[in-house]
Amino acid sequence: MNTRGLRSQLKDSVPVTGLGTQIGAYGVQDTLRSGFSSVKNELLPSHALELSEKNFQLNQDKMNFSTLRNIQGLHAPLKLQMEYRAARQIQRLPFLQSSHLALDTLKGNDESISFEDILNDPAQSEMMGEPHIMVEYKLGLM
Amino acid sequence: MALPNVLETPPSGFNFENVFRNVALEGLLEGGRTKAPKPMKTGTTIAGVVCKDGVVLGADTRATSSEVVADKMCAKIHYIAPNIYCCGAGTAADTEKTTDLLSSNLTIFSMDSGRNPRVVMAANILQDMLFRYRGQIGAHLILGGVDCTGSHLYTVGPYGDIDKVTYLAMGSGDLAALGILEDRFKPNMELEEAKELVRDAIHSGIMSDLGSGNNIDICVITKQGVDYLRPYQESEFKDKRQMRYKYHPGTTPILTEKIVPLQMEVVQETVQRMDTA
Repeated sequence: MNTRGLRSQLKDSVPVTGLGTQIGAYGVQDTLRSGFSSVKNELLPSHALELSEKNFQLNQDKMNFSTLRNIQGLHAPLKLQMEYRAARQIQRLPFLQSSHLALDTLKGNDESISFEDILNDPAQSEMMGEPHIMVEYKLGLM
Repeated sequence: MALPNVLETPPSGFNFENVFRNVALEGLLEGGRTKAPKPMKTGTTIAGVVCKDGVVLGADTRATSSEVVADKMCAKIHYIAPNIYCCGAGTAADTEKTTDLLSSNLTIFSMDSGRNPRVVMAANILQDMLFRYRGQIGAHLILGGVDCTGSHLYTVGPYGDIDKVTYLAMGSGDLAALGILEDRFKPNMELEEAKELVRDAIHSGIMSDLGSGNNIDICVITKQGVDYLRPYQESEFKDKRQMRYKYHPGTTPILTEKIVPLQMEVVQETVQRMDTA
């Protein structure tokens, strides 16, 4: 659910960051998947909504926590964030799809449907990373 | 972070990877003769009126795709909840998907809390969703319903602006319909009178606007239930086919005929017993 955020909480919203591209083999941009590289592509968003969508969840969380802190005190967002962090740690191995059930229940996403649930389902993603390398990367052995 | 073999799955939701390509394509196509296909708009007249015991919603049934009538019997009054219906104008796919999402959200809510959804909840959910996408979703909606607090009529614009009034018209024929509504609307009208008023409003939209036409649908929502009259009135300009275009058997002469029987043999047979209790 969205909070009707107070104007004063906008100072906490996430600033504009660069739009990274997919790095392919040899550390160069993957031309097949992301097109030719140009400075314009990386600095300017291609669509009006690209930046706001990228940071939408982050901004919502920040505004919600900020309002919660103002109403109930510091302990409220602290406890919530601790629970989120704990729930985020129970996942499958990095190359498999995790259901994020605990995290979704905590955030309240199990009670609403939006475009995140319909479009671009990560379970249907057609690309897969290499399992061994991904696990080594996650464990910090790479 | 971005090593070649460590894959970061793209986040779910909208994907903007192809926007540059699309812009470039449109530039190429405009130079040539072909044009990119335009999305189907509803180019509509929709209207709603609050009457004594409930809400009356009305819509025409034409969907256009630039200058061509794409659908002559399009359903523009969408179901949201048993007591809430929504008329949609604008891009047809956007209105359908948005109202579908809204309906699913309200169903989840009512199953969770055991309560009937209220019209103001539907309006708030729509407002949040449409404002988040800054008007890129072209859905102009009229929400009407009867809940425990009474009968309500809301309009939600594509950028998320809301208005709560007793009579409304939206779409490309809204000015014509609004003229009729402004002239004859009275607060607390009877049901039959309200139905006639909405029918006349949609009719004037059909007559004065190219994007609206064909039949008129009416949806009456009261505390007792919903009456979805589709079509309430058929257009008097239906076309009659002059001839039958079906070919009778034997039109195409058969020159040769060759029948090859397929040899099939039983390879394996398994019998599974069913518990018929």
